[in-house]
Amino acid sequence: MIDLSKNIKIAIASGKGGTGKTFVSTNLFNALQHANIPATIVDCDAEEPNVHLFLHGTLQKTTNVFLNVPVIDESSCTHCGRCHEYCSYNAIFHVPSLKVISVMEELCHGCGACFVACRDNAIHAKQKSLGSVTQIMINDQCCFIEARTRIGVYSSVNVIKAAIAEAKSDQIVILDSPPGTSCPFIQTANLADFVVLVTEPTPFGLSDLKQSVETLSQMNKMLGVIINKSGIGNTDVYDYLKEKNIPLLMEIPFSRDIAKAYSTGVLITSTDEDQQRGFLELFEKIRQQLWKSQS
Amino acid sequence: MEVAIISGKGGTGKSSVAASLASIAKNVLLADCDVDAANQYLLFQPQHTEEEVFVSGQKAEIDYSVCTQCGNCIDLCGFGAISETDGKVMISEITCDGCRLCMRICPVHAISMKDNNKSRLYSGTFRYGHMVYGRLAPGEENSGRLVSLVRGKAKQIAAKNHYDLVLYDGPPGIGCPVISTITGIDKVIIVTEPTLSGKHDLERALETVSHFRIFAMVVINKFDLNLEISNEIKQYCKLNNVPIALLPFDPIVTEAMVNGQSYVEYAPQAEISVLTENIWKYIQNAKP
Repeated sequence: MIDLSKNIKIAIASGKGGTGKTFVSTNLFNALQHANIPATIVDCDAEEPNVHLFLHGTLQKTTNVFLNVPVIDESSCTHCGRCHEYCSYNAIFHVPSLKVISVMEELCHGCGACFVACRDNAIHAKQKSLGSVTQIMINDQCCFIEARTRIGVYSSVNVIKAAIAEAKSDQIVILDSPPGTSCPFIQTANLADFVVLVTEPTPFGLSDLKQSVETLSQMNKMLGVIINKSGIGNTDVYDYLKEKNIPLLMEIPFSRDIAKAYSTGVLITSTDEDQQRGFLELFEKIRQQLWKSQS
Repeated sequence: MEVAIISGKGGTGKSSVAASLASIAKNVLLADCDVDAANQYLLFQPQHTEEEVFVSGQKAEIDYSVCTQCGNCIDLCGFGAISETDGKVMISEITCDGCRLCMRICPVHAISMKDNNKSRLYSGTFRYGHMVYGRLAPGEENSGRLVSLVRGKAKQIAAKNHYDLVLYDGPPGIGCPVISTITGIDKVIIVTEPTLSGKHDLERALETVSHFRIFAMVVINKFDLNLEISNEIKQYCKLNNVPIALLPFDPIVTEAMVNGQSYVEYAPQAEISVLTENIWKYIQNAKP
């Protein structure tokens, strides 16, 4: 059971990029903070983290996230080839006739199969840095955690998981999710109690929304939709939500003023009381959805 | 020539610009590498499509008629995907990475691997040439490998049909699918927007591209939404010797999309269309 008074993890996500996902997550967090509700925001878009552009506080700590990759000790290696055979990611290159064996670290997923495979004690682990997790205190009860992948690292999943694990479990946790519907998104959504999909009322927006909804339905995740930039495009998104019985949680009209404020790093929930109320209402609606599902 | 359009940040208008460049270039092989959210086919409605199955990976499955609940697999799984719930060993389909270690070490051979086979690779013709695109099934993974397949298929069709130009609409971000898109290409166009996020992501995208020694050009889309940040981006590009072009904010971009056209097709006389033609001329003549 989720304790609805405190611990809720809400992921803010979108199939299509640039629909306003970070706009929603930072303003929701900001509105909660202004209402004295203890909350943590986690920037899970580790390839392109942007939440730090909108929130400022005191740096608490930065920790590195590592992956255990194999190092092969060639003096003990008998070139039996078992590690190469065990590796499902083609990360171990082996030419037995030439006695050549080497690890391609960038392909390694850190599954550990090669360690189990080796019978000659020729493989030991080395820590490879994947990125970092940074904790920033906004005030004494609200915290911002950033996942940041090192440039050139293939997958951000481990860094994202490490960042989410740092969030306090007795607070409202907002996960600013990576875009798309592949591994980083799934691993983020998987840890959330409720997923808010932010879309825009255009053909591209609708197509990507459908893909996200399908993915989340397979995962049995509760979800709701926010239509951003309403007024542009057409009404197909609204028809789709009705047909699928998906709750429309909020509409944000397209406005040059909002776009301008956002582009400079200003949160509208700090400058506009109506907006602050609007985002608190959004939070209430999410809680009601969760409450309905439990009763 | 192989040209990719990427963006770092999503939603900067990358796909709209890519569709317009394809409309200008004509006689093109257009490959949509944004396999998480393929959109070009919505605009260009490709015909005579061929469909191929893409096995994106595997997941481990337990045969409970054989499993003795020994739990050996739980301790060895490097992804924390196996746990015991109510006395039953279970594999989380979502967390399983498909490494096969559990299958190999199971003393009673109760674990087997099942293919993820719902993703597809499509190819067909459209009004300006051929088109290749991948669609990653909801929840399936390995988008980087699907991008490699899209590129492989694109090159194969381009060679067979003598296309001089292959245009890639890339995925957002800077991770595996982006790296798969730009590895070994000639030129890359990075579409950004004048927001703090757009600027920040552009810097990371340029840094990623610089690892590959590819000719890069930056386009600030909707530059007039924030002239100050547009100027900062211009300065940054100047400092790094990256050529830059500007496109204005124009509602016809969305209108065109709703009408199933690229904005160059929908409003060829509009300022944004003329400027996009200039970008294309520049890219064609640029020396990599």
